[in-house]
Amino acid sequence: MTHKNIYDEKVATIKSGGQEKYHRKNGEKGKLFVRKRLKRLLDEDLNIEDAFFANCMDGALPSDGVVTGIGKINGQSVCIMANDSTVKAGSWGKRTVEKIIRIQETALSLEIPMIYLVDSAGARITDQVEMFPGRRGAGRIFHNQIKLSGRVPQVCLLFGPSAAGGAYIPAFCDIVVMVDGNASMYLGSPRMAEKVIGEQVSLEEMGGANMHCSVSGVGDVLAKSEQEAIAYTQTYLSYFPANFRQKPNIEEAKATKQLKTTISDLIPENQNAAFNMYDLIDQIIDEDSFCEIKKKFAPELITGLARIDGRSIGIIANQPRMKGGVLFPDSADKAAKFMQLCDAFNIPLLFLVDVPGFMIGTKVERAGIIRHGAKMLATMSEATVPKISVIVRKAYGAGLYAMAGPAFEPDCCLALPTAQIAVMGPEAAVNAVYANKIQELPEDERPAFIKEKQAEYKENIDIYRLASEMVIDAIIDPEKLREELKTRFSIYESKNVTFTERKHGVYPV
Amino acid sequence: MEVKATMAGSVWKITVEQGQTIEEGQDVVILESMKMEIPITAEQSGVVKALKVNEGAFVNEGDVIAIIE
Repeated sequence: MTHKNIYDEKVATIKSGGQEKYHRKNGEKGKLFVRKRLKRLLDEDLNIEDAFFANCMDGALPSDGVVTGIGKINGQSVCIMANDSTVKAGSWGKRTVEKIIRIQETALSLEIPMIYLVDSAGARITDQVEMFPGRRGAGRIFHNQIKLSGRVPQVCLLFGPSAAGGAYIPAFCDIVVMVDGNASMYLGSPRMAEKVIGEQVSLEEMGGANMHCSVSGVGDVLAKSEQEAIAYTQTYLSYFPANFRQKPNIEEAKATKQLKTTISDLIPENQNAAFNMYDLIDQIIDEDSFCEIKKKFAPELITGLARIDGRSIGIIANQPRMKGGVLFPDSADKAAKFMQLCDAFNIPLLFLVDVPGFMIGTKVERAGIIRHGAKMLATMSEATVPKISVIVRKAYGAGLYAMAGPAFEPDCCLALPTAQIAVMGPEAAVNAVYANKIQELPEDERPAFIKEKQAEYKENIDIYRLASEMVIDAIIDPEKLREELKTRFSIYESKNVTFTERKHGVYPV
Repeated sequence: MEVKATMAGSVWKITVEQGQTIEEGQDVVILESMKMEIPITAEQSGVVKALKVNEGAFVNEGDVIAIIE
């Protein structure tokens, strides 16, 4: 055999990954081979691959179970780490870990996004001394992720398990896309849980994709298939610049979706009646530009990327149809993470406000709603990207604050004519102020008294009065809201402020 | 399938009847909580087999409101 023959044979063997039976097993579960995944995700294929020959002296561990390199998505170069689950279940050996660390270091120095395609059983216990505890052991992967966080976008596509320590790779990514049925995350497997704490539970219940995307909030997007996860990732990245120094690309502007109704039609007269906030979003964004994050988690608050006139924006909107749009510990966390994401990568924020406030009662107090709410306020406050709050209907109590109320330096606080800003709604306020008085009145006189006081209260918080006091910056014709936002976002683009100087704040976490 | 209360509150209005055929996404009851009307919708289409609450009753988060088959 010539050198060339030997080389070609080695390349072909390594490129084909692990044993045939593992390819077949993966295929049965709808799992693509790692190199196929990359071909679908990237514009072409990897443009550069390093350490392809890692561990090539051991014939059973091609590329040591991970593919690392650089390719393009939407024309933008990105660093890639992709587990090969046909090689020892994608487990991490010494070279696997070193490869991951190196590609992260490359992302850090080139300042380009880092994409993780995770499908791994975790550490190779047999190699633990070489890959676990040391300076360039697996811990360094997470250390690097934390360092990369906010500098470049980090995306995790979870195609299979991500167990024990490995579960921190998704945890430190900006976003985690999970494939339903195959993806899972857990610190201890169901088998371990049964042995150690006597709990009997299925893998799906313990750490399945649906659970994480709707209950724990560790997952962000539930995809039906690998192809759907890949397509979502491509769309998602189109809203982002390559790193924190740059601004997102401005895409070609599109009109809104063709709609039969107007914003005025959508919003019910009765402040307490529900309406669907998604319908309002459709009225102001470019058609088909909504890329939602955490759709199934804390749905009383909607978070997603969108475009207005081709410009990327992040939308945080209360959803009156779900739990009345009331803020809960989970919705506050969801908002905080999303605002961090947008602020890190220079994506302006739009708040669509229709919020009765934060939830009350022992259940949420015990869950630390004050602590979680404070997180949301702190992140919103610190965000230095352009911020516009639109008071659609009610904005009561700390709900006004959390949704970028006037005191938190939004670039402007706009109101629709249906807006109502107050410490609390008329019903609750009259009850709070006149509780004793109401009790003293004969029963048949109470309704009239309450009605009168509620009317007085409404007058006091009238939106034109608040505009007259310059609490809000403008009252906007609902049908001209999109135009107003277009103009303002384009003007605010030159915003350049530093929140404050210090090492970092000390807020609840 | 069980339709459950998404948050604590009182049952303001029941918008379906036992035996009625309903569509996915249709309101089953409207709760009142935090002074807001909170529609609770069916997650799948079917027939209302049983209603587990009366108007005016207090429900906790997770309480079963209706059973759809």
